[in-house]
Amino acid sequence: MRDVAVIGVGLTKFGERWDQSFRQLIAEAGSKAILDANIEGKDIDALYVGSMSSGRFVDQEHIGGLVAEVSGFSHLHIPATRIEGACASGGLAVREGYLSVASGLNDIVVVGGIEKMNDVSGTAATDILATASDQEWEAFFGATFPALYAMIATKHMHDYGTTKEQLAQVAVKNHANGALNPYAQYQSPVPLESVLKATTVAYPLGLLDCSPVSDGAASIILCSADKAKNYIDKPVKIIGSGQASDTLSLHGRRDICTLDATVHAAKMAYKQANLTPKDISFAEVHDCFTIAEICAIEDLGFVKKGEGGKAIDQKITTLDGSLPINTSGGLKAKGHPVGATGVAQIIEVTLQLRGEAGKRQLKDTQRGLAHNIGGSGASGVVHILEAM
Amino acid sequence: MKEGVARFWRQIPERYNFMANKCESCDRVYFPPRESCPYCRRKSIGKMKKTKLSGKGEVVTYTIVHIGPEGFEEQTPYPIAIIKLDEGPYITAQIVDCPFDQIKIGMKVESTFRKIQQDGHTGAIYYGYKFKQRK
Amino acid sequence: MEELGIVSYGSHIPRYRIKAEVIAAVWGKDGAAISRGLGIFEKSVPSIDQDTATISVEALRAALKRCTTLNPTEIGAIYVGSESHPYAVKPTGTIVGEAIGATPDLMVADYEFACKAGTAAIQTCIGFVKAGMIKYGVAIGADTSQAAPGDALEYSASAGGAAFIIGKNNVIATINHTLSYTTDTPDFWRRAEMKYPSHGGRFTGQPAYFKHITNCATKLMEKAGSKPQDYTYAIFHQPNGKFPVNVAKKLGFTIDQVKQGLMVPYIGNTYSGASMIGLASVLDVAKPGDRIFMTSYGSGAGSDGFDITVTDTITKLARENAPTIAQLVADKEYVDYGQYTKMTNLLFWE
Repeated sequence: MRDVAVIGVGLTKFGERWDQSFRQLIAEAGSKAILDANIEGKDIDALYVGSMSSGRFVDQEHIGGLVAEVSGFSHLHIPATRIEGACASGGLAVREGYLSVASGLNDIVVVGGIEKMNDVSGTAATDILATASDQEWEAFFGATFPALYAMIATKHMHDYGTTKEQLAQVAVKNHANGALNPYAQYQSPVPLESVLKATTVAYPLGLLDCSPVSDGAASIILCSADKAKNYIDKPVKIIGSGQASDTLSLHGRRDICTLDATVHAAKMAYKQANLTPKDISFAEVHDCFTIAEICAIEDLGFVKKGEGGKAIDQKITTLDGSLPINTSGGLKAKGHPVGATGVAQIIEVTLQLRGEAGKRQLKDTQRGLAHNIGGSGASGVVHILEAM
Repeated sequence: MKEGVARFWRQIPERYNFMANKCESCDRVYFPPRESCPYCRRKSIGKMKKTKLSGKGEVVTYTIVHIGPEGFEEQTPYPIAIIKLDEGPYITAQIVDCPFDQIKIGMKVESTFRKIQQDGHTGAIYYGYKFKQRK
Repeated sequence: MEELGIVSYGSHIPRYRIKAEVIAAVWGKDGAAISRGLGIFEKSVPSIDQDTATISVEALRAALKRCTTLNPTEIGAIYVGSESHPYAVKPTGTIVGEAIGATPDLMVADYEFACKAGTAAIQTCIGFVKAGMIKYGVAIGADTSQAAPGDALEYSASAGGAAFIIGKNNVIATINHTLSYTTDTPDFWRRAEMKYPSHGGRFTGQPAYFKHITNCATKLMEKAGSKPQDYTYAIFHQPNGKFPVNVAKKLGFTIDQVKQGLMVPYIGNTYSGASMIGLASVLDVAKPGDRIFMTSYGSGAGSDGFDITVTDTITKLARENAPTIAQLVADKEYVDYGQYTKMTNLLFWE
């Protein structure tokens, strides 16, 4: 295994991109990353793209070749593969790209992530997202995605005394961060009152506890670390990569409030990097719902189980806190085009490590972690990155 | 008609009657039934015995769904819960005939036979279990 | 004499109710006057996830809970009587049979005879059991009956059902005699593919309900050699609170004989379930030796009469294993007219 670096990043603005098609979005993200990395098409050995449900969102499967085509690489006949792991599709694509370079098989790969979710109705989007849950034993009975996370929240509140205000504070914090991110879907702060008074989606979660339906694409270029500086001055090294699985259904889990896929993916990544949670300076975590961020910081080992809610009260996770979480605005405010999310998280960590995060730039940026979850926790992927 | 009926029909024994199975090697009960026991693995092959569950259990956690998926719009708001069945397995199901403020973690429940969803107004009707408070 | 009759019974009544005065207010009518006139104060309303199949399953499961020695595979036939089968084509009985574990060695058919389809199912089961073709037969009468918004029927059309297991073993109530009185009388009907029924207004009274029940009851007492005073309880089909009381008086029965089986004032007319829920209510309190007279009525039209004697075995039936009719009637939650329209699919569009 050899070291792998991120040498280029490209992101589209996330949001309701009515004027942009699936093809336009992925082409924009890909070409930005290629320009950022100072590479050319002929340098690319393989392409990986993460997408949860292009088939149902835009009626288009078989997007590996399509992404190569819209990027202008058809004539190069680059191996192109689509990766699917629900909302973790992007993170899994990053890991596949990472493994292919680490193995020595490829030198430079493009990793993309995309979801174009607004070409279907809101109800249809809800239905499509529910395919990431257990269709036969959860969704069939009327469990929506917000319902599954709401059940985690109910239990977390019952077992650990977590409050609705603490959940709401996660949204307030992430919207404040999103306001500093020109690529975010929502770029204005949201007061606590608004989050608490928002219409209920699935008790105890309100509309502003939920990440939005988004269009967007993200792309990164991975390169073997020893050649990275041939292309750019500030490559960022992936020092740990972990992935884990768990039961598809929430009710099948060992503990409703713990995402073991996070715990095990993190353990794998920490071990590879020879680090502990204390060594992480900041993180992008999978906050598809406010409760998910609370569980994530517990399961990643940043705080003890049950204390994720209090971490918000103690301002540990704000931009000026000791462990800033979701500086980009997270899925909550930046937006959650599901397949793009895992790749976009790597981009935020990379920008922070490069010192290019604009108004939201952190001071201490030794190491950053990206955490991406599929479904209610059947897939988990964690990457740890460090400036070279 | 959007969906084929076979995949719903196939699950009638579980959804109507809680047909589960039990590993005769370790006595663990599985619902829905499993091909083999993940604990006993090859020792369990050929030793997974059918068993019918009581449909009684207790609420582990719950939510009230206010924005429902397609086909559930007329039912909202509805409570849905994770239920630990008395025989051990955990399942997800709706709670009915119970005022929302009475639903609590730990509440004892028993199954009732209800319409779960239908394939529009022309397609098949799918029945199965929901739960009500055990009195 | 060989005993043949009811082995167990069970019922289900949805717990939602709407008051007659609430419906009356929507149409600018005097609710109190309507309640007085019909003898109905409130009616049961099925929740959106209940239909004739689910009510039938719950009723039969209640019957099986009471009779713990009976194995569902010993049931040889299930006949479900209803005018609101969830499918026009696909028998409700198949769903019921599967849900209680009686399939596949099972005869099934759905019946329709307005409000007496369930009692017709009892007669069918009696025939099969008597012929020795089956050990146990199940007769169910259940409905989620429909009424057009604003129609007089809206105050009465309700939901509920009862299931009776018929056999020769452990009989709790012997069915001594049964007969029917049938003519072609178009007092109430629903054409195929129509959502709501039509009716002949006052024509549903004398030439229909009263004529058929009176003739059926008279012929049954002739056959049984009995008179009204011989019966502890009498149950008549109950489309409203007035008709059954009037027909009882006319035949020589007293209000005391009728009241235990008269549920319509509190739950409305459960159609195919109506006289059967009345019989279930009587069996909830019946003692060995009690004699029961039941006459159903189905528009179109016909009446089924039954002469029944409660046996000593009723004391051995675990009646307490399932809720009584009184308990089902008392377990309720009121809905307003808006909720009612949603629950009964009046707002259906596509």
